[in-house]
Amino acid sequence: MSQLSMNNTAARTILVCCGTGCQANGSMAVYQAFRRELADSPGTQVHTYTKSTGCNGWCEKGPLVKILPDEITYCRVKSEDVPEIIASLRYGTVMERLLYRDPVTKQVYRSHRDTNFYKKQRKVALRNIGEIDPANIQDYLDRDGYNALRKALTMPPAQVIEEVLQSGLRGRGGGGFPTGLKWKACAAVERTPRYVICNGDEGDPGAFMDRSIMEGDPHSVLEGMIICAHAIGASAGFIYVRDEYDLAVHHLSRAVEDARKHGFLGKNILGSDLSFDIEIVRGGGAFVCGEETALIASIEGNPGEPRDKYIFPTEKGLWGQPTVINNVETWANVPVIINRGAAEFASIGTTGSKGTKVFSLVGKVVNTGLVEVPMGTTLREIIYDIGEGIQKGRKFKAVQTGGPSGGCIPEDLLDLEVDFDSLTAAGSMMGSGGLIVMDDRTCMVEVARYYVNFLAGESCGKCVPCREGISLLLETLTRICEGKGRLEDLDLLESVSATLQQAALCALGRTAPNPVLSTLKYFRDEYLAHIVDHRCPAGICKELTEFYIDPELCTGCGRCRRKCPANAVAGEKKQAHVIDPSRCIKCGECINNCNFQAVKVK
Amino acid sequence: MAGDIRQAAALQEMEQIIAQYPAERRYILAIMQDLQKKFNYLPKEGLQMTARHVNAPMSTVYSMATFYKAFSLVPKGRVNFKVCDGTACHIKGSQTIINEIYQCLGIKPGETTPDGEFSLETVNCLGACAIAPVLVANQKVYAKVTPAAVREIIKEHGGQINEPAVNE
Repeated sequence: MSQLSMNNTAARTILVCCGTGCQANGSMAVYQAFRRELADSPGTQVHTYTKSTGCNGWCEKGPLVKILPDEITYCRVKSEDVPEIIASLRYGTVMERLLYRDPVTKQVYRSHRDTNFYKKQRKVALRNIGEIDPANIQDYLDRDGYNALRKALTMPPAQVIEEVLQSGLRGRGGGGFPTGLKWKACAAVERTPRYVICNGDEGDPGAFMDRSIMEGDPHSVLEGMIICAHAIGASAGFIYVRDEYDLAVHHLSRAVEDARKHGFLGKNILGSDLSFDIEIVRGGGAFVCGEETALIASIEGNPGEPRDKYIFPTEKGLWGQPTVINNVETWANVPVIINRGAAEFASIGTTGSKGTKVFSLVGKVVNTGLVEVPMGTTLREIIYDIGEGIQKGRKFKAVQTGGPSGGCIPEDLLDLEVDFDSLTAAGSMMGSGGLIVMDDRTCMVEVARYYVNFLAGESCGKCVPCREGISLLLETLTRICEGKGRLEDLDLLESVSATLQQAALCALGRTAPNPVLSTLKYFRDEYLAHIVDHRCPAGICKELTEFYIDPELCTGCGRCRRKCPANAVAGEKKQAHVIDPSRCIKCGECINNCNFQAVKVK
Repeated sequence: MAGDIRQAAALQEMEQIIAQYPAERRYILAIMQDLQKKFNYLPKEGLQMTARHVNAPMSTVYSMATFYKAFSLVPKGRVNFKVCDGTACHIKGSQTIINEIYQCLGIKPGETTPDGEFSLETVNCLGACAIAPVLVANQKVYAKVTPAAVREIIKEHGGQINEPAVNE
């Protein structure tokens, strides 16, 4: 952009969020519009540079455009807004209509950093995301990138391992195993070659933090892996990433190439004795491949079936060799620990869980997106302060954590301080960090059925308890959702669950009953409503649902009539409307769209 | 005649894809991904060539092709709808989207319309939970999809749909 005449105006950087969420909302068009408009008007009196960045996490308000150094954040920007934004830069003004406005207090925020969504967050793993162009290694270098590697290479390997151990970092993929111990165990095995693997097979439905890191800051993952290679003496590394994550595969491949060009990968890295390279392996879309032994089988060129772990991968992993396998977010934390020291990292968090955790806050919450908070932050702070509560003023029912193997946590546990141990104690688990908020329009029996159905499809079928047990759970839950449940089904669910927990081969099967057991524990009344009263209180299970309109509350606005895809709602303007049950397909569009809570479940 | 030429061209394309990879078993997955991307399914000839290339029995390649969800042994439609049924999408109504597609096109997940135009599948999570429910038509991502939007999306991709009778 050197042809732009420099005025006495400061140089600006325009950052357009091009994460998946913003892209679906049209951010590429916004990015192109900036490039076009700025190229077409060489006389523009601002020196600008436009970048596309990874996900800012605030997907709800996308496409996001940030202007630096002014620290201005514009929300829901359209390409039509671009000429006006450029003009505003020229005159040094701020476009108030594009700033975030708090829906309750009506306060307008100039920078996203001051909003409730960001204020309580603390970015460690996500430190660069949204601030840098992930396809440009220089951006990463400008923000301390690869300095941790330089520092680590001056330290003896054992000291690097000790630093990671002292930091208290635990595996962010859900297992929560101390990362330093893993490295130490692997380094202690005499055989070579040793391998380093990044588990990017993020399969938990409702979780996308790893995707965001791989897309938005791929070099942080590479740097973590290279540091580990130095620590354990590994010669080759693999990043196993879901093929569905197009942009992540693209950015990681680019990052590996650039890192090679800069001498961070290859022979004698930065003039040291370390020789290490990374290969990217695209996964085939099997959830069980997130399990480390299954993932290893998949890299080797086999169907991704897990094996029993009498011997850990640190001893016998990829091709039978000692292997360290860590999750994406874990890797992204490593450079921070080396750069700033174990003590600083360990000062964040709780006694047993150090550092921060990235959660994907989704479902029926006002601010959906990625949030990173210190371990020990309460669920209430995450959902009500950062997330700003439940959408459309509905009632909170539960929050599901830990993916399909996690559990549902009810309202009276909202003050739980979230860390690895507290969630397990509550009958759920940390998992990879999905937080799915559910309201009174979510049927807990159907949620349990949903997860069990997911796991039934993903069970690899190798061991009998998992293959048959999950099918039996699914059959029983489906029966209850269809209104054919019997009271003794509840005992059956419990006994099959107990068998699975004890007898399944891998963690997929052993934790599969969690969604069933946690909903049975906290929401038994909903099961009973389905079985005894033949009704689904949330209005989700079609066979047990009938919607009606309360004539007292209906204002006759006609919104439900217009939204109904089956033309089942009738009524005159400003008169109470009526639903024709024979036409109703029970999709719930009427109840979801009514602004007066007039649509009810019988 | 024209069919033979097309077939020959397809075989050549398969060969080119496979030749890019070293003759090692661990590249089976990557080869199949490229074949799937190119042809929208895994042609039998492609699998046979892969088996020969990496010197593995056909049964090994077949077991991989059927184990991993990303692959299909039958051709997909010209427009492939992927409806995300991850948790966030699920509780925000992905099922009503699947139902609506069935209403409009008569296909359920895993099926293709008889004219080969549209196919439907569900995927477990596209990692775009903040904009749920999500539908992907070929490569294009649609955010916060409603039943009404499904009709527009089908029309956008050249589909015909039956309108329900209007309530008088």
